[in-house]
Amino acid sequence: MKRLANIGITLIVTIVMVSCWTDNKKPNFQYMPNMYEPVGYKTYGEYIGFPREMEAMLPVSGSIPRGWIPYGYKNTLEGKILATQELKIPIKVTEDNLSKGKELYTIFCSVCHGDKGDGQGILVKREKFLGIPGFNDQGRNITEGDIYHVMMYGLNSMGSYASQTSEEDRWQIAMHVLDLKSNLNGEPLWSSIQKKSADNEEVIVSDEKNASNEAH
Amino acid sequence: MKKVNYHNLSSQVSIILLVLTLTISNVTLGQGNTDAVAGESLFKSNCAACHKLDKRGVGPALRNVDEKYDREWLYKWIKNSQGLIKSGDSKAVAIFKEYNNSVMTSFPGLSNEDIDNIIAYTSLPKPEPKVTAAPVAVSNGDDGTIQNMVLAGFVLVFLLLVVMFSLVTRSLTKLSQTNGEEVEPEESRMPLWKAFAQNQFLMLVSAIMLLLVSAYFMYGFFMQVGIDQGYAPVQPIHYSHKIHAGANKIDCNYCHSSARKSKHSGIPSLNVCMNCHKNISEYNGEEDLVNGYTKEFYDKEIAKLYDAVGWDDAMQSYTGEEKPVKWVRIHNLPDFVYFNHSQHVTVAGIDCQKCHGPVEEMEIMYQYSSLTMGWCIDCHRETNVDLENNEYYEKIHEELSKKYNVDKLTIAELGGLECGKCHY
Repeated sequence: MKRLANIGITLIVTIVMVSCWTDNKKPNFQYMPNMYEPVGYKTYGEYIGFPREMEAMLPVSGSIPRGWIPYGYKNTLEGKILATQELKIPIKVTEDNLSKGKELYTIFCSVCHGDKGDGQGILVKREKFLGIPGFNDQGRNITEGDIYHVMMYGLNSMGSYASQTSEEDRWQIAMHVLDLKSNLNGEPLWSSIQKKSADNEEVIVSDEKNASNEAH
Repeated sequence: MKKVNYHNLSSQVSIILLVLTLTISNVTLGQGNTDAVAGESLFKSNCAACHKLDKRGVGPALRNVDEKYDREWLYKWIKNSQGLIKSGDSKAVAIFKEYNNSVMTSFPGLSNEDIDNIIAYTSLPKPEPKVTAAPVAVSNGDDGTIQNMVLAGFVLVFLLLVVMFSLVTRSLTKLSQTNGEEVEPEESRMPLWKAFAQNQFLMLVSAIMLLLVSAYFMYGFFMQVGIDQGYAPVQPIHYSHKIHAGANKIDCNYCHSSARKSKHSGIPSLNVCMNCHKNISEYNGEEDLVNGYTKEFYDKEIAKLYDAVGWDDAMQSYTGEEKPVKWVRIHNLPDFVYFNHSQHVTVAGIDCQKCHGPVEEMEIMYQYSSLTMGWCIDCHRETNVDLENNEYYEKIHEELSKKYNVDKLTIAELGGLECGKCHY
C-alpha cells in the first residue's frame, strides 16, 4: 500500500510540474529583465500618463508626415464629383509603378474586387461580401480621380484605405485599377495608351529642342 | 396470377414520389417565384453591397420595400436616384437625408423586368430561423487534445498495471497460504540503502551520474530562460488567423500594412477591422464544436470589436465611445536587439511564414520561432541575397563575389553577421 501511495505522489508531482512548465499562456522569465525591457516607451505599450494608458496615439493634430501633400477634396458628394472631374494621376506611368500597383492591389483590393477587377474576389465567392461591382460597371464609370478619392475616404460599404496605404501606393493602385477596367471592357490597356502618348510628347519635346538647337 | 399486378411496383412508387416532391417544392417556392430566383441573383450582384433584407446596411433594409413605395417611383429611383432627388421629389429627398446623404449608384442597366424580379425577391416572407440540429461532437483532430488523450491513456494503463500487479501478488500469497505452504516471513536483513551507502565504488559512480544528469537538465533549463517559443497568450478578443488568413486568404500585409515600410509590423488599428466587419456582423463559417468555437462564440467576439470601436450595428453608425483593446504582445525581442520588418519583407522579400510559421493555420496565435540570436544567424548564413535587378549594388556585389569566390552571396558574406548590424 505504501508503495502505491509513493507511486501516486510521484505521478501527481510530475503532472503538476509538467503542466507548470508547459503553460504557454504566460511569458517565460528572463535572465536580466532590465536588459530585456526597454527604458523608453515600447511600441503599443501600456503606460501610466497616456490617455487611456495607450502608448499608441494619433499624431498631434496638424502634424504632417514627411512628403505628405494635403488632399484638398472633401469627403462629401461635391468633393467626390470634383475629384472625379479634376484629379489626375501625378506620377508617371512606368513599369515599376505598374508592377507595384499590381502587388498592392493584390494585397488590399483583390480579396473583394477580384484579381481581374470583376468583383469576384474570394470574400465575394465565399459570400462574406455581396454585390461588389466590376470596375467596368456602367452606372459608376470610374475615373482616376474617382478611384483615388474612394480609396482615400471609402464609399458606402468600402472603408477608407488611407491608414494602410501612402499617397504613392494609392496612385499606383489606381493605375492598376484603370488597366483592369480597360481589360474588362476589352479595350487596349490604359497604361499602354498612356505610355504611347508620353512617348509622343517626349518626341515632340526633343523635336522642339532639336529645332531650337538648330535655330541657334 | 395476382402477383403480376405489382410487377412494376417500384417504378410506380418512384413516379408517385417524384410527383410528390415536385408539388412540395412548388409549394415551398410559391407560385410565380421563378421571378424571385432571378431577382435573388440580381439582388446579390447589384444591391447586396449596401442593402440587406432585414437589417439596415448603408442603405435601408429592403424586405417588403414595395409596400412603402409604388412601383413607378422605385423604377425611377433605382435607375437614377440623383436625378429624382434633384427633381425635388419629397420621398427621395427624405430618404437621401435619412441615410446621411450617401448616394445610391444609378443602375441604368437594369430593366423594369429586372427590378420587378428584385422586388419579387424582396417580397418573399422572412424565413423561419432554422432549428439547428443538436451539435454532433465530431473530433476535428486538434493536435493538443489528441496528445493529451494519449498521455491520459498511458497514465491509465500504467495505473491499471500497478493495481493488477499488487492484486496478483496478494492473491498469490493467499493461494500459497491456503495450499498450506508457509510463506516465509521476511528476514530482517540489512536495508538496501545501508548496503548501498557502504559500497564506496557504487556511491562514487552514482554521484558522478547524478551530477552529470543534473548538469544536463540544468543546462537545458537555463538555455530556455528568456525564450518564449510557443507563447500563446489569451487575447482580449479571440482573433482567428485561421479564419482570416487561412479560409478567407486575406494577405498578411492587408492588416499588418506597416510591415512593408516600417520597423514594426503594426497591430492593425480597429478601423482596419471595420473595413470588413462593418458588413460582416456574424460568423457563418465552419464550427469547431470540440473546442467550443461555435457561431455564438465568434459572434460574441465580433460584438466585442463593435463595443471597442464604438459601432452601433443596428443604426450602422459610430457612437464615438471607444475603448482600447489591450492586445497582448507575443513576439518580443530584447531591448538590445534591432530588428526591422521592412528590411526583411520588402527588401529581402521573405515570406512572413518563414519566421512566424503557419499563421494561416493558427486558431490561436503563438510564437513559432525561438527568436534567439543563433536562430537569426543560422538564417543569415544560409540565405542567399537576391542579386537580380539590383543595379545600385551591382559593383559591390561583383567585388564581394570575387573576394569570397562564390556565385551567390549569403547575407553573412554581405555583413549580416556583424555585431553592429543588430546591436547598437
